[in-house]
Amino acid sequence: MPEIILTDKNFDNEVLKSAVPVLVDFWAPWCGPCQIQGPIIDELAKEVTTAKITKLNVDENQAIAAKFGVMSIPTLMIFKNGSVVEQMVGLQQKADLKRKLQSLA
Amino acid sequence: MAEIYNIIIIGSGPAGYTAGIYAGRALLEPLLFTGQEPGGQLSWTTEVENYPGFPDGVQGPELMKRFRDQAQKFGAKILDAKVDQVDFKVKPFKIWSAGAEYQAQSVIVATGASANWLGLENETRLKGRGVSSCATCDGFFFRGKDVVVIGGGDVALEDAMALTKFASSVKIIHRRDCLRASDIMQQRAKDNPKIEFIWNSEVIDVLGANSVEGVRIKNIQTNQETEIPCQGMFVAVGHHPNTDIFKDQLELDNIKGYIVVKESTKTSVAGVFAAGDVHDFQYRQAVTAAAAGCKAAIDAEKWLESQN
Repeated sequence: MPEIILTDKNFDNEVLKSAVPVLVDFWAPWCGPCQIQGPIIDELAKEVTTAKITKLNVDENQAIAAKFGVMSIPTLMIFKNGSVVEQMVGLQQKADLKRKLQSLA
Repeated sequence: MAEIYNIIIIGSGPAGYTAGIYAGRALLEPLLFTGQEPGGQLSWTTEVENYPGFPDGVQGPELMKRFRDQAQKFGAKILDAKVDQVDFKVKPFKIWSAGAEYQAQSVIVATGASANWLGLENETRLKGRGVSSCATCDGFFFRGKDVVVIGGGDVALEDAMALTKFASSVKIIHRRDCLRASDIMQQRAKDNPKIEFIWNSEVIDVLGANSVEGVRIKNIQTNQETEIPCQGMFVAVGHHPNTDIFKDQLELDNIKGYIVVKESTKTSVAGVFAAGDVHDFQYRQAVTAAAAGCKAAIDAEKWLESQN
């Protein structure tokens, strides 16, 4: 399943009301480490079936980034049943993310 | 039986990729592990102004993508994985990554250096909540806010300059009364009306419940403590070499743990070479790292020939 592109508008439906856990990659085009994280998220989306994998461009969607207090990117958050259950700041490896998502399935 | 590579390169900054280009062109079919941060420290920067051949500058991530493409073009096999353990006491040398074992006749270590933190408890707690080591990534979140930058080298001043695009004020806190940054960066920082310097001071605590609200600093000459209100703290206090996995394998200097090299790129183990910031604490430039990567590949090629 390809990753879902989030916006300020579809965030509630795709993330907060999701029946399965959701991983959100908060990123921006000017951030070097985000350019490394992006392809890792793409691969993760192809391999993970028990959770939704999503990306949110913080430059274009500042309301959601502000709402969740994002002050550093890349930040990855995992949501389950509408709340944040895990928050990771900085570059994350695929294997670690996979393990975390599997433990929530 | 695992395949035995002629050369395994560990690291993907200018040194690692340049070693890959040269070893690839020597038809040695090198295997290169990028580590956790492909492209290394330059992936965290924006504009690189001092790499020869780019008079208008080049973005760090773009430069590293070009290095990588060039290494791949000449036959380097690139794995986006981290090396967890090495054994340089056996021949061929052994390397483990993600549970798999790899073997090589020679190894080039180009694992570079990583940014230091101050090491304060509240600094760790507030990472991602106002504490950052990447001004180009996170400056955006500090629009109209007051921030401090800790350090006095080129990175600190580049961070400060990048932050003035967003923040209302940028205070540079430095332990000494002068900077070790290059003259051109010092001039730019001193000319910038948003930048102010606080000399002879070190940060002793980061304040704030859920996000940074200030820092407590101590003047190291007078011992006087002051609180500086701010919403962001950017740390640029030097680097440490990434040599943890080589501790019992290679001779390291006993102060900061840099790999000791003799005769250009040779380490204490014959057949293992080192290039870039992992051994160079003096120059630490993209262009010097690239040059060292080239030398290491040529040294490794000669060494392989001498073994046959």
